[in-house]
Amino acid sequence: MTSIEHKAPHRSLWAKHKIFETNSIILVIGVLLMVSIGGLVEIAPLFYLKNTIETVQGVRPYTPLELAGRAIYVREGCYNCHSQMVRPLRDEVERYGHYSLAAESMYDKPFQWGSKRTGPDLARVGSKYSDEWQRAHLAEPRAIVPQSIMPGYPFLAKTDLTFGDIAGELRANRAGGVPYTDEMIAQAETDLKAQATPEHPGQADLEKRYPKAQSRDFDGNPQRLTEADALIAYLQVLGTLVDFKLYDDKANIR
Amino acid sequence: MTVGEMIGMLIAAACVLPLILIAAMAENSGYAFHAALGAAAAAASVILIGNRCFDGTPAAPPQEIDGRPNYNLGPVKFATVAAMVWGLAGFIVGLIIALQLAFPVLNFDLPWTNFGRLRPLHTSAVIFAFGGNALIGTSFYVVQRTSRARLAGDLSPWFVVLGYNLFIVIAGTGYLLGITQSKEYAEPEWYADLWLTIVWVVYLLVFLGTLMKRKEPHIYVANWFYLGFILTIAVLHIGNNVAVPVSILSPKSYGLWSGVQDAMFQWWYGHNAVGFFLTAGFLAMMYYFVPKRAERPIYSYRLSIIHFWALIFIYIWAGPHHLHYTALPDWAQTLGMTFSIMLWMPSWGGMINGIMTLSGAWDRLRTDPVLRMMVVSLAFYGMSTFEGPLMSIKAVNGLSHYTDWTVGHVHSGALGWVAYISFGAIYCLVPWLWNRKGLYSLKLVSWHFWVSTLGIVFYISAMWVSGILQGLMWRAYTSLGFLEYAFIETVAAMHPFYVIRALGGGLFLLGALIMAFNLWMTVRSKEAADTPEARVLPPGQLATA
Repeated sequence: MTSIEHKAPHRSLWAKHKIFETNSIILVIGVLLMVSIGGLVEIAPLFYLKNTIETVQGVRPYTPLELAGRAIYVREGCYNCHSQMVRPLRDEVERYGHYSLAAESMYDKPFQWGSKRTGPDLARVGSKYSDEWQRAHLAEPRAIVPQSIMPGYPFLAKTDLTFGDIAGELRANRAGGVPYTDEMIAQAETDLKAQATPEHPGQADLEKRYPKAQSRDFDGNPQRLTEADALIAYLQVLGTLVDFKLYDDKANIR
Repeated sequence: MTVGEMIGMLIAAACVLPLILIAAMAENSGYAFHAALGAAAAAASVILIGNRCFDGTPAAPPQEIDGRPNYNLGPVKFATVAAMVWGLAGFIVGLIIALQLAFPVLNFDLPWTNFGRLRPLHTSAVIFAFGGNALIGTSFYVVQRTSRARLAGDLSPWFVVLGYNLFIVIAGTGYLLGITQSKEYAEPEWYADLWLTIVWVVYLLVFLGTLMKRKEPHIYVANWFYLGFILTIAVLHIGNNVAVPVSILSPKSYGLWSGVQDAMFQWWYGHNAVGFFLTAGFLAMMYYFVPKRAERPIYSYRLSIIHFWALIFIYIWAGPHHLHYTALPDWAQTLGMTFSIMLWMPSWGGMINGIMTLSGAWDRLRTDPVLRMMVVSLAFYGMSTFEGPLMSIKAVNGLSHYTDWTVGHVHSGALGWVAYISFGAIYCLVPWLWNRKGLYSLKLVSWHFWVSTLGIVFYISAMWVSGILQGLMWRAYTSLGFLEYAFIETVAAMHPFYVIRALGGGLFLLGALIMAFNLWMTVRSKEAADTPEARVLPPGQLATA
């Protein structure tokens, strides 16, 4: 008797699903609940856990020139073919250098880890090649590496860098948590010019504000401040800020 | 003039002047162009709404005519045509960038034609322009039919369709002009994101509003999936794009998240753009068009319940498998991997539910190439949802990540599943919407099917080989313990596969061109339908639509 009753449709668990099928608002609430859980569990802890918010000595915000160069890297879609994330695998560490730390991209908005290596990883490309190499390679990749399939970017060295609102760029970064000081924002334009101009008087201050900043004429044309100046300045700083002789990789393990 | 028309006109009119001012003051020419485009769209809206009010059509169209729902098919038609046009554009750009990888001289070394700017144009054109219009169009059709009610709102469905396509134009031209925030599949900048948010909220309201006035007691399963897709995409879009613009005169913004948190947000978004945009939405399409075309009910009602809830619950967790061996904590990677493997089950549940719907109608596969296309799309869905969990296993991912294997995997899903189910739905829809007897030629559908299937097979096999080869070459060591290959040697080794891939893409494009011709001829043919499907359309509707 009971078993027959149990099989009756109104008692079945399946019949309970009717509430979702006959009430659109309950269906909406059900969907929102189901899709919230996974995201919350995976994302929220990343703002608190030690190894995702560690600070590592040497990591600093980008200089105004590097930030402008980074904007060009983003604009041209370099991330479509180049990753910036060395994985802790033997061949990658030997090919590219020390595996990437979370802290090394802590000021990257957005992150540039990439998802495809049509070209090599660039996380530690800084100081690996000379400015001349970068310049020539950007303008005509196959003149340097005959088998390369990278597009050429000859227009970068011919286009003046526009940096009218560089202070505004720093300010927007600060709103998202990058620790640019008032001084850095006030001096942004001077710092940008100082970094790309040889013998500029502002270079000492720039290095005080941004330790390890490399200042020189990057594009081989001291008369002009071009997009190539900015992009090469950005490429040359990638992966150079942390001194791995001093880095303690056990410090943040729990 | 209705209240809605009044409000719409006022808002549009109020936007014109500020947008012209921004266009005049902006330093960035691309941004100025977009502001001008916005101003033109706002002015056009004022004129269009004004025309509507004064040309004598009744203020609000009737909900029913002769006891039958007065379906609103205009926006559906627009979205269907837009899907086909954008689809062709997206496939062409895809072919171009495939050729650029094989023959880099095709980049022409100009800003607007290099691979880095064209690749997002391709992905957005196929996912959001082709896929998005197919989803909006079919969802507006299916929700009306399965609710037996006219679409909620009068202007708002048009606002959704036109507003969404304006977003597409802004996004696409933006990439070419160098406006991007570089988050994959979420490249548009802050102002385009804001606009999309507005459009999407109205889309949700139109969809929900139609469900609420339905004449059917139950909400049909396809609508659960459409609703899941619309809601979750809204959440993902907002979560991933919270950003601070540099100023109102600058297209550039910086996100609130950075580094590892940003990466997790991005792939939470990115993988669920796959899960909810490219899967849930198209499963909704499957749940309506497969049974309709096969003239059989869905195989299992219970399976569809389990399939729905399990799919939306598990998918959300799978994002971290894009970040294996990165600076993301290991526990998050492991969670992502575990749920990705679990995801195999609901995915195959959906595939089984779709394919088994043909029970008792298997012979139709021989005679109906449209149904064949949809069933093969489910087979591709099953294949790529098996491959996906496999690739999410960390040991496999260590090899496959960063290689062409991922590209091949995406395309077996995108070409085989998403495009094929959309093609099937569009082949069904066009004769219904334009009140035609049937398609111009089933033989051409068959040609489309075979040409593009051959293309997909070329594409994915080439990418399997190149991806695995590339992964193995990167980690190859000589007997003396040195890395065996310089990176550039692995690039050179890809060349033949890139050529084969481009050939596959070309065949796929050829198939789509055959389809476009077939649809064009279908609409042009004067033979009106006498099928029951089209007969339920009230005659007046076709004139207004």
